[in-house]
Amino acid sequence: MDVAIEVRDLVVVRGHKEVLHGIGTSVATGGVTGLLGPSGSGKTTLMRAIVGVQKVRSGSVTVLGQPAGSAALRSRIGYLTQAPSVYADMTVRENVRYFASLYKGVTRADADRAIADVGLSDAANQMVGSLSGGQFSRASLACALVGKPDVLVLDEPTVGLDPVLREELWRKFRELAASGVTLLVSSHVMDEAGRCDRLILIREGRIIADDTVDAVRRAADTHDLDEAFLRLIRAQEPVEVAS
Amino acid sequence: MSPRILFSTTRRVLTQLRHDKRTLALVVLVPVVLLTLVYYLFEKQPGVFNEIGLIMLGLFPFAIMFLITSIAMLRERTSGTLERLLTTPLNKPDLLFGYGLSFGLVAAVQAGVATGLAYWAFNLSTAGTTGLVIVFAVADAILGVALGLFFSAFARTEFQAVQFMPLVVFPQIFLCGLFAPRDQMAGWMQALSKVMPLTYAVQGLQEVGAHVDPTPLMWRDLIIVVGCIVLALSFAAATLRRRTD
Repeated sequence: MDVAIEVRDLVVVRGHKEVLHGIGTSVATGGVTGLLGPSGSGKTTLMRAIVGVQKVRSGSVTVLGQPAGSAALRSRIGYLTQAPSVYADMTVRENVRYFASLYKGVTRADADRAIADVGLSDAANQMVGSLSGGQFSRASLACALVGKPDVLVLDEPTVGLDPVLREELWRKFRELAASGVTLLVSSHVMDEAGRCDRLILIREGRIIADDTVDAVRRAADTHDLDEAFLRLIRAQEPVEVAS
Repeated sequence: MSPRILFSTTRRVLTQLRHDKRTLALVVLVPVVLLTLVYYLFEKQPGVFNEIGLIMLGLFPFAIMFLITSIAMLRERTSGTLERLLTTPLNKPDLLFGYGLSFGLVAAVQAGVATGLAYWAFNLSTAGTTGLVIVFAVADAILGVALGLFFSAFARTEFQAVQFMPLVVFPQIFLCGLFAPRDQMAGWMQALSKVMPLTYAVQGLQEVGAHVDPTPLMWRDLIIVVGCIVLALSFAAATLRRRTD
């Protein structure tokens, strides 16, 4: 197995609180890995560690064979932050073109293609600040896609999107994965979990399941992933003694 | 640093400004309004505007640019775009010098208009050339840009950022020789004045005002101001942390 992302004994402290308690996982090259867990479970922190902007207490994160955040990696990784991070005072096209300009060999045509990929061609000349919430986050996604990264880290990319658009984006993700791109996609809705190849279930800074979708279902003995998540949590917690 | 990314970042900041017409208008008009006030304030005292007005040509752009850029950088931080940029091939100096260049261009327009007004409408007269006055006015504005970018690193909120303006800018104005001649200040104040870059910016303007030809002192002042700009931008880049809590 060719490993794209390798996390070992990762401990992260934010403020005075330890949010990741020595977790480890590895993500194979190509394919879509879902990072699932409730809000506040540490998904974003793990993703920030992988893209190299999170201070870590101990442990290591390796991406494509190099320490996370190293200079050579930055042209090969795309990151979508949870809150859309694009310039509200520029148009969609100006935003995507600017991010395109940061990567060697990425052209204006590539920028237009990224805009089309997220379904924003019609709004390309609109100011980002005047877009709807869903369009805003898609503009942000276009900026993550435009650099043609080998590893895409997407923090809740489909939140607030209508089902048709969600379907289209997932088709795009599958297409990228088929071409060899490694995607790590976080979500807190379980109906997206079924679309992934692998799942990492995380809760309170600990990984409680890390396997293929089918294996997670089998381990929890249910087809319903929501139910599977619940059962896996219960299985880990000390059983409360009923009197 | 990459020339390609530096250039595109400069362009991006200018594009943002182009979309914000009111800010652009204010940048050009505020010094004009203030300069007009100063002119009429000293209208009855011949010769005073030649001294005070000349210094104001350096002070207003300095203060305004400090405030604008510290807010601009803070916005970059709070909107999440900074964090995102730091995951891309962009290097920190690309960003800081890109801001320096783009706001420097805006400052050149601002300084040009203010200086033009001072000479043609308010009969400012200097022994040295108008060109040198503009050079110093632009250098002062870029000094404000550089210091604004640097100090915004220490602000987490807008409330904090705006207070850096009085904290950083006012003492430099008090001690630059505008209110009291520097050689009449107490020793410790003179020492403070000597480490403040605005002192040299103002001294340079005074040299242009008093001498027909550029003096060695004026060149030294200009070099110090430019040096402080590069230093502040480099420090700003160095204090930018790729990894945060």
